[in-house]
Formats: sequence, structure tokens, C-alpha cells
Amino acid sequence: MEPLEIIEKLKEKFATEIMDVSEFRGQVSVSVRPAKIMDMCRYLHDDPDLYMDYLADLCGVDYPDRKYRFEVVYNLFSIKHRHRLLIKALILEKDPNVDSVVPIWAGANWHEREACDMYGIVFNGHPDLRRILMPDDWVGYPLRKDYPLKGPEGAEYKEFEELKVLHSHDKEWNIQS
Amino acid sequence: MENDKTVTDSQLNGTARIATKEMTLNMGPQHPATHGVLRLVLDLDGETITKCTPYVGYLHRGVEKLAENRNYLQILPLTDRLDYISSMSNNLGYCYAVENLFGIKVPERTEYIRTIVGEMSRIANHLLWLATHALDIGAMTVFLYCFREREMILDLFERLCGARLTVTYPRIGGLKNDVDEQWLKDLKVFIDDFPGKVKQYETLINKNRIWLRRTKGIGVISAEEAINWGMSGPVLRGSGVPYDVRKVMSYGVYDKVDWKICTGKNGDVYDRYRVRMDEFHQSVSIIKQCIDQIPEGPIMADAPKFTLPSKDKVLTDMEHLIHHFVLITKGPQTAPEGELYFATEVPKGELGFYFVSDGSGKPYRMRVRSPSFVHVSALPKLCEGELVADIIANIGSIDIVLGECDR
Repeated sequence: MEPLEIIEKLKEKFATEIMDVSEFRGQVSVSVRPAKIMDMCRYLHDDPDLYMDYLADLCGVDYPDRKYRFEVVYNLFSIKHRHRLLIKALILEKDPNVDSVVPIWAGANWHEREACDMYGIVFNGHPDLRRILMPDDWVGYPLRKDYPLKGPEGAEYKEFEELKVLHSHDKEWNIQS
Repeated sequence: MENDKTVTDSQLNGTARIATKEMTLNMGPQHPATHGVLRLVLDLDGETITKCTPYVGYLHRGVEKLAENRNYLQILPLTDRLDYISSMSNNLGYCYAVENLFGIKVPERTEYIRTIVGEMSRIANHLLWLATHALDIGAMTVFLYCFREREMILDLFERLCGARLTVTYPRIGGLKNDVDEQWLKDLKVFIDDFPGKVKQYETLINKNRIWLRRTKGIGVISAEEAINWGMSGPVLRGSGVPYDVRKVMSYGVYDKVDWKICTGKNGDVYDRYRVRMDEFHQSVSIIKQCIDQIPEGPIMADAPKFTLPSKDKVLTDMEHLIHHFVLITKGPQTAPEGELYFATEVPKGELGFYFVSDGSGKPYRMRVRSPSFVHVSALPKLCEGELVADIIANIGSIDIVLGECDR
């Protein structure tokens, strides 16, 4: 199915949810309100004509100057029909959260954890929402645009909890640091 | 972290009370069989894994953040360090994605050379995978044989571009340099020889009883589950799904040569092994056809805003020298505005780059969709309920590299 046909089909069901449709080099992306993302994804996944069974990717994007600061991009693909659609859920800066799609695509699990780790977006109903790439006690969200490339300015090196436990034996074992 | 549990084992003899202990075992991050710095925490009931929790991030270098602060030309060497086993494929994936974003059409000769080196990289990657996978399971000899051939490919890479592991050979809009006739001839000799070598590996393990017992019926994942988990590459094909990015979203010259998608049936470790072994032959066939069909012509696209001029022009011509200087020091100044996801089939699966461009010379957002990340996330699904020894076979069979997983 052509991407624009998919949008038409989607509009029939979720007309109020769709905010914007854009096309670039034949790839269509659609911006939607996050409230009904779960229903929308379920529909895209289950409908026999769409059958988007493959979640190729899920990631966050940060636009500090926009009204909706964060975007969560769902990259959907249908292995059966071979069509692709990018769904972008627009999320407000204050209390950023969106429903988790893990019940639909199990593969979303780690992608959502990463988006949470890097942008601080909370995925409601996620089975195991912890930091994934950064250490558990890391402060801040590294991929946000206001996070400096080399870490926060003037921040002192803070020992991680794990290292503290390791070094707690230094005296006892006569290790000089 | 051990909790004592006393269970009445009435199934045994009705009266005896056997004390069993659930144990938590830490595996990695420094462990030779985890193929890098992967850490697994395994909850064991006897020898059965009840819960497996992978921890990643030990090799996180922030490639995505770095990319937002560099121009498009400077990002290319970062992609080598994602999957360092097959860096050529990563470079190609990045270049194709950026070229699609910029709207650059690459010359035909370049497409052929890229397909050849891409498939060479696939062979080199699968050789290293077979070597280490077999070594993990206990077949040591295979390791030595595989490295013999991998070395030859790396030698060819070295002659081509001067580097063996992190090659950075492709450029945006073309290639670093052209291939010469002698190189193609030597490649042909290697390629003609190679199917015989694959047969050698197969005689070592194909009918080996230990190999079969360790791989057949282990780590089974059905086609629906594999799709649901977002798996790709040989892992997905091992479950019988004929999904290959080279066919689905054709790039390079994969639509001009004759080859087929290799699939398995059962989705176990053995089928994933079979798929990769069959891919050796497909790669050989693709390279052979490419060598026969390769046309003459330029290797760089005509897009002076983004592509570097050729070196001999730079050294003889003032305008080209300035052009080179400006591009190297400042990088491309503009890029088309938009967002684009482009995926290529790297040896490990589907490597996708998602770019958001705001029109400047740096990507606003570069997302790397790495196959290893997805495959590690599905590891608990593969190994829970199996024996602790099988986790080694499972890790080997999904063919992960942590540089790519953690980015």
C-alpha cells in the first residue's frame, strides 16, 4: 500500500489525532497526539491491509524551541506488504510521558528504555523502565539539546555507587589509589 | 543473593524433602564468551535459567550525541567503531543514508565496487562469527581455519585502502580510490577458492555429534515472535522469514545480480548457523557476477557541495585545492531539510540510520538502529528455561558486537 493511502485509512479512524503529515524522498511521516497512540498502533498492527508487524525502530527527538518539545518516532514496517510509515508522537516538555507499546511489539522494550535514558520520556506501563546505556545513578538526560557535549559545565567527577563499593575495601586490602 | 527454598519433592518418592537453592550467577562483563563487554545476571534453578537480565552500556561512547556536533564528513569514521568486525558495511550503510538525504546519485562503477566490498565484509564477518561461535561450543579447529581465510580478505582490504579493520573506504558520494585490475584478479582467485574452504569447515562440524547436540533445538524462536521482537538478518531468516533488506529496499546493484535469500525452518541455533553458511555461497556468487559486470567510469558523484575532489586534481589545480580545503575545514554548509530512515543489510542484520536534518551542515539528530541492540534485548526470550551451558550457544548464534549495541 502506498504511504499516503495508509494515512487516508488512518484518518478515517483517528481524524482528530493526526496533526501533520509530511513527505520527504518518498517517506511519509505523520505527527499525532500521544493520547491514543496505543489504539492507533494496535490498529496499524492488527488491520489486515496495513499489518505493520515490524517495529524497525523507536527513538526520541528533542526540539527545545517547539511547543511540543519531544517527539517519539515509531518506525513501522510491514514485512508482508512491504510498506513503511513513520509515526511521530508529539509530547509536551512538562511531564513528558506516553503509553508504552511493549504489549504490541516486544522489541520496543529496550528502545523505550533508551529513549527514557536519553531524553527522560516516561513510557507508561513499561515492564522494566530503567536506565540502559548510562549508569543507574546518572543525573541528566544526555541527548537533550541543552545537555552539553562534554557533560555539565563545572561538574565534579562523582564516584559511582558501584565504584564506591569497590573502593570500600581499599584500606583493608592495602590498595593505594 | 541466594534464597533457600525447601520443596517437597513428592514426585520423587513421596516422603523425601530435598533442599534446593536458587542461585544468582553473574556473567561478564569480562567474559570471553560474551563477545565483548556484555554482562548477564542469570537466576538459576539448578542448571536451568529461570531469568536472564542483560546489562549493556559498558561501551557507550555517545556516538549519537557526537554526531549532532560534527559535520556529515566527520561522522564517517565514527561508524567504523560501531561494528568493528565488519566496518565496511557500516560505512556503506552510513554513506547510502546520507546520499539519500542529500539526493546524490552514485556512479555505477561505485555501486559495483561497493557491493563487492560489502559482500567481502559479510564473508569476513561470518568467518569471524563461525570461528568464535565454534570455539565457544568447543570446536577449536574451525577457529584456526576461519582466520586463515579472514586474513586474506583483510589483506585485500589493506591493499585497497591501507586499513584492515577500521577501513573508512567509502566516501559520501563515492569511494576513496578506485580498484585496479590486479586487485580484482586476486579477488577472483580468492573467490574461486573459497567455496572449497567452506566445505572444509562443514566437514569439521556439519555431522559432528557434539555440534549437533549443542545447536539443534536450542534457543528456538518462532517466526511471529522473531518479527515481534524486531529481529533481523540471519536470526530472523533462521526462523523462516524471507526478509532481507537487500531485496526489500534494494540498494547497490543487488537488483542486477542473481541471488536468493537463505532461510531456515526451525529458528534454532543450528538453523541460524545454516543460514550464515549458505550466505557464504550467495556472497561468493554476488561478488563473481559483480566482477564480470563491473563497468568503467568515474567513482565520485558530481555533487561538489558534499563530495571531495579527486586527489590528483587537488595536487595540480588551484580551484580543486580550495574546494578540498573548504570542505575539509568547514564541512558541508547546507543539507536538504527533512527526515529520512535508510536501512542496509549488514552481516548482523538491519542497520538503519535515521536522520533529522534542519538544513545545516550537521545532522540535527542521527539515530543508529543497530541489530545487535535488538538481538541482545531478545536474549532472555531465547535462553530462559534452557540450561546454563546453552546461553553460550545462544549468544554466539545471534552474532552480537557490543560496540554496535552500546554505540
